[in-house]
Amino acid sequence: MSEDEREPPYLYPDYVGTRLRAPAKPLVHLPDGFHDFPAPLFPRPIGKLDHDLTRQHGGEPIGERIIVTGRVLDSDGRPLRKTIVEVWQANAAGRYLDQDDQHPAPLDPNFSGAGRCLTDDDGRYRFITIKPGAYPWKNHRNAWRPAHIHFSLFGSEFRSRLVTQMYFSGDPLMPRDPILQSIPDQAGRERLVSRFDPETTVPEWALAYQWDIVLRGRAATPFEHEP
Amino acid sequence: MSGPLTPSQTVGPFFGVGLPYEKGEQVVAPGSAGVIRIEGQVLDGNGDPVPDALLEIWQPATGFGRARTDSEGAFSFWTTKPGAMPAPDGRVQAPHLNVTVFARGLLRHLVTRMYFPNEPDANATDPVLNLVEPARRETLIATNSGGVLHFDVRLQGEGETVFFAI
Ligand SMILES: [Fe+2]
Repeated sequence: MSEDEREPPYLYPDYVGTRLRAPAKPLVHLPDGFHDFPAPLFPRPIGKLDHDLTRQHGGEPIGERIIVTGRVLDSDGRPLRKTIVEVWQANAAGRYLDQDDQHPAPLDPNFSGAGRCLTDDDGRYRFITIKPGAYPWKNHRNAWRPAHIHFSLFGSEFRSRLVTQMYFSGDPLMPRDPILQSIPDQAGRERLVSRFDPETTVPEWALAYQWDIVLRGRAATPFEHEP
Repeated sequence: MSGPLTPSQTVGPFFGVGLPYEKGEQVVAPGSAGVIRIEGQVLDGNGDPVPDALLEIWQPATGFGRARTDSEGAFSFWTTKPGAMPAPDGRVQAPHLNVTVFARGLLRHLVTRMYFPNEPDANATDPVLNLVEPARRETLIATNSGGVLHFDVRLQGEGETVFFAI
């Protein structure tokens, strides 16, 4: 399978939102190298506590406190250092702090649901948050999204840009979710599922999940030995 | 070994809590020297506005901007115009901005380019525009209306914007 065939297609009719938004014409391929330039430089500073979604208000959010950690790597396994990771998620009741979210579940005054961090020298990111709840959406009758955290990454190259979602191992909603199922192969879907990580748990305080992310690198390999 | 790439998923409808930030649409502040304003609309296959899209513009020479669409599918940016730049094969590329589009209903992001209307000579020889069938090239070139550059993104159907494989 090529890199491209492992990705979800633009048109996936079971996910109704794709039907009028997927381009109908084929994408135009550029020669190698035309998209080999650096990733955007994110123009805002990252605060020291931006990785901790449980400490953005006067009190602590309701929910199961979790640590979510993992490494950001390129496809050769090299860690991506000091790269920005942005996350956003629903609260423990499955509600987003978003005007458009009409799900009649409670908002949590102590939870906004957004965080940012930079990876360390080992390519590792770390967030402290609460486990998000499942939420209904109107894609089909009685449709519910499995619990997930949205991730956005830049990596080092323009081609590295990735927006995706992290799921939780064992969630019974995953096989019924057209967004996750849009990924063509089982191995690809499993790459979005975090694993319970007993080593990172903190006794009497938090459970932990581990999830690594692999980003695209340059398309063209520059010649190292010019004649 | 890290193995294969992590697959993409939609940005979803509720990215508003996480991705937009204040003045994200201002690559440079309004009123700065050489500032240009870009306005546009994101439209779906029915020609209806897409109110839950997020656009990013990026050019190493000019900087990064991020803006979401409003209830009318409209977005805007303030930035500066980059110069012509070399292509990897040694030819010259006309000034352009890289535009990345995310939305509910897009399982992967889309990448396109915005070229400038006052560069007819550079656009005519641009290696990327020349890869695009002539009838579709105008989807990549902004129009100038009263000093504002207008650039719509049509995701599907008539006048569909040209998107590039990444
Ligand atoms: Fe979501």
